[in-house]
Amino acid sequence: MPAPPEEALSARNVMLTGRDGAQINAYQAVPAGDGPFPGVLVIHHLPGWDWSTKEIARRFAARGYNAICPNLYARQGLDVDPDDAAAATREAGGIPDEQFVGDAGVAVEALRALPSSNGKVGVIGYCSGGRHAFLTALSVPVDAAVDCYGAFVTGTVPEGFPLKVTPLVDRTPELGCPLLGLFGNDDQFPSPEQVDELEQALKDAGKTYEFVRYDGAGHAFFAVDRPAYRPEAAVDGWQRIFDWYGRYLAGG
Amino acid sequence: MCSYLTVAADVAGSAKGAQGWFSVTTAQVYFDHPFHAPFDHTLNIDFIDPAKGPGARVAVELSAESARRLVASINEALAAAGPAAGPEAQGVAGASVSVNVS
Repeated sequence: MPAPPEEALSARNVMLTGRDGAQINAYQAVPAGDGPFPGVLVIHHLPGWDWSTKEIARRFAARGYNAICPNLYARQGLDVDPDDAAAATREAGGIPDEQFVGDAGVAVEALRALPSSNGKVGVIGYCSGGRHAFLTALSVPVDAAVDCYGAFVTGTVPEGFPLKVTPLVDRTPELGCPLLGLFGNDDQFPSPEQVDELEQALKDAGKTYEFVRYDGAGHAFFAVDRPAYRPEAAVDGWQRIFDWYGRYLAGG
Repeated sequence: MCSYLTVAADVAGSAKGAQGWFSVTTAQVYFDHPFHAPFDHTLNIDFIDPAKGPGARVAVELSAESARRLVASINEALAAAGPAAGPEAQGVAGASVSVNVS
């Protein structure tokens, strides 16, 4: 994918209107130039619409992608600090899958409506966002998906778990695009066995996928500001992400 | 893992947040990813009043080890206060708290 000269980009907040009429603020980062550029829907993790996820959106823009990261917790209030919104959403048991799918749908439509769009859109998410990326690929027309260590796509939700989530593996036949999965072998959520279960479901359904499992890495190995960061896995993972999107989002 | 059980405590007291002092009614205690602290997981305490909205929150994110030290310190301080801390001084149920994390 051709990157803009000097990785030039611009970023700002935009407003989306949800399927339910709710106002949703979203962080949008776009490359300099007229395009055409593919789009990437960046899904934030449980800690919310935070700087590190917005930085990921900027990374995509610097590499030649229109990126958008909607605030999935916007219904807590548009002017509420993202960390406060995350805490309140956690206390409420998370967000319903139906609401998420609606928000993902309008964000994907916003990407395709950009004058610089090439019409192709991918999705990526980390941690809880990994499950959301899979859910997007089940429910929203996108062209490529990346699931970074998303928990509870498979497996059993532990008793007392604070979020109202359910596994999605039974819906694997509905997957509408190629899926790249990046996992750490030291992770427990998803565990290597849970990753195996998802891989088997993808095989059974005849889906296009690629899974990479890193030794010496656990959950959140992409997180540069946490001890979980594993440079070798993260550097390789980023390369694979751009290769994947280059393969499936180019042209249009 | 991303999230663990939340233990909620009814509390009576005040906390000082971004908008100044407010009365708190609940302390949400849970082990999860932090928003700010440079750890994979932290013991998080949110002092909140849900009736005032998501912004009425004073949050702390502590390493597990430091959270245990805090528990010991609270218990020690209450015990040292003796009768001044009330009839439940040996436990924390019903204790009033005042927190300033600004």
